[in-house]
Amino acid sequence: MTLIAVITIFILAVFVGLEVIAKVPQTLHTPLMSATNAIHGVILVGGVIVLGQANDPLSLFLGFLATVFGVINVVGGFVVTDRMLEMFIRKPKKGAK
Amino acid sequence: MNGDFINVCYLLTAVTFMLALKLMNGPKTARLGNLLAACGMALAIAATFFIKDENGESLGNLPWIALAFLLGSFLGAWSARRVQMTAMPQMVALFNGLGGGAVALVALVEYPHLFAGNFVKSVPLVTTVLSLVIGSVSFSGSMIAYGKLQELLTGRPITWPGQKFINFALFIAVVAVVAFLMNGVPSVSLLYGLLGMALLLGVTLVLPIGGADMPVVISLLNSFTGCAAGLAGFVLDNTALLIGGGLVGASGLILTLEMCKAMNRPLSNVIFGAFGGGNAAGALESSGKSGTVRSYSVEDAAIIFSSANSVIIVPGYGMAVAQAQHVVKELAEKLAARDIDVKYAIHPVAGRMPGHMNVLLAEADVPYEQLFDLDEINSEFPQTDVALVIGANDVVNPAARYDKASPIYGMPILDVDKARTVIVSKRSMSPGFAGIDNELFINPNTIMVFGNAKITIAKLSAALDAL
Repeated sequence: MTLIAVITIFILAVFVGLEVIAKVPQTLHTPLMSATNAIHGVILVGGVIVLGQANDPLSLFLGFLATVFGVINVVGGFVVTDRMLEMFIRKPKKGAK
Repeated sequence: MNGDFINVCYLLTAVTFMLALKLMNGPKTARLGNLLAACGMALAIAATFFIKDENGESLGNLPWIALAFLLGSFLGAWSARRVQMTAMPQMVALFNGLGGGAVALVALVEYPHLFAGNFVKSVPLVTTVLSLVIGSVSFSGSMIAYGKLQELLTGRPITWPGQKFINFALFIAVVAVVAFLMNGVPSVSLLYGLLGMALLLGVTLVLPIGGADMPVVISLLNSFTGCAAGLAGFVLDNTALLIGGGLVGASGLILTLEMCKAMNRPLSNVIFGAFGGGNAAGALESSGKSGTVRSYSVEDAAIIFSSANSVIIVPGYGMAVAQAQHVVKELAEKLAARDIDVKYAIHPVAGRMPGHMNVLLAEADVPYEQLFDLDEINSEFPQTDVALVIGANDVVNPAARYDKASPIYGMPILDVDKARTVIVSKRSMSPGFAGIDNELFINPNTIMVFGNAKITIAKLSAALDAL
């Protein structure tokens, strides 16, 4: 990709982020923070690339660590968010547990 | 062709991320949104395995990748399933820190590769160095935030003489090294030096911030990690990273500013204000107000409830810590059965993050319609018989309205002191998370019921039955 194309994509993503987020009601801010937290775990893609292309022990080690961190960020982030949101839509008639 | 296929997958991923954030506008569609984003993420990861390097070689080290996925999935899912709803803020801090760490690690590995060709690629160089710095600050800062919220560290601001000067000097040093590295002189050792300095900067930036402000810090660091991931997208020429990172960088910033707005304090004050320091101690005496604390038994408090027509429940973090949300809901149902009007007043920063209290009450199956925001309910307190404050403190401190010396001056509060009777369930007279005394507790219309919130409320329910 040309540099200008890359910059364009980035800037547009930032503006979409500003626009979409501004409309979320305050009650959902905690799940939202958690969901965006999971989304930036997309760095995992970077971890996989680095680990997959590593050909010396140091790169292998750092790439491995990056991938583990990324996976924890993604999996943990989405699971935690789902647990929170599940509570918002649970039907009251289910009764006390 | 291969590259196009991967980029189309990444584009689909980006669309799911944006749709997900849009679906999070409402509680009914939010869960679907989260699920959609998770699917998008899976697609991006799957597509990544088709990437080939400059020499046309596919990704290697597949056993290592598989092991990393197994280990990470296990740790992530296990901790996310196990965590208590009250501990959510520190869980988010921990995950965020790991994300930041991953960005920094990717930058460390990519740096030497930038000098592999005959010419130095200047843009990737700049973004590599920046993503290393921002990712590291996010990592160490998040870990300190985690420590504070988990109470491994004191929640009070940790300050020392010349702190701002040292932080500033450290910042300048980081900028200088970044500038030097950007000139294209390859120096891996200097890069590791920069890593150390950035990690230290994250620690010294967050240590002086009080525990009550940690949600703002986490939100800001969340934005940092997003930016850093976006910058890593420049390095790896990867649209999934560019878009995902950019989205989160922007959203985290908006969310941070929203939180500051709820507390009526500028972001700079949160980050550099050392809010809730020891200087606020003894503010009650200095304000010239004095009075006695009226401590009632649970039975006496029950009588007040039995003669009330309207009750507003104000839950705070103390209720969450005591896991009292279920007994509170039972009490509310008993009151409602006696034809008493029951509402919940939710302060924007009740709990430890915006919306945190809503999650906790939703966990206890409290009907959504009974929850009211600060703006909706504040006008109702003067016509309310009983305001029941459970483990809340700073968000009901009247000093925020008039006492310019108070650290929380100007923060919108719930006007519980205007209710006919205020019943406060609290463990002890100790100050709240912000470390400030509260004159509400010595007001003539306030009754204190000391003890663990869960036990107190359960006893209150039982006492009400006996009447």
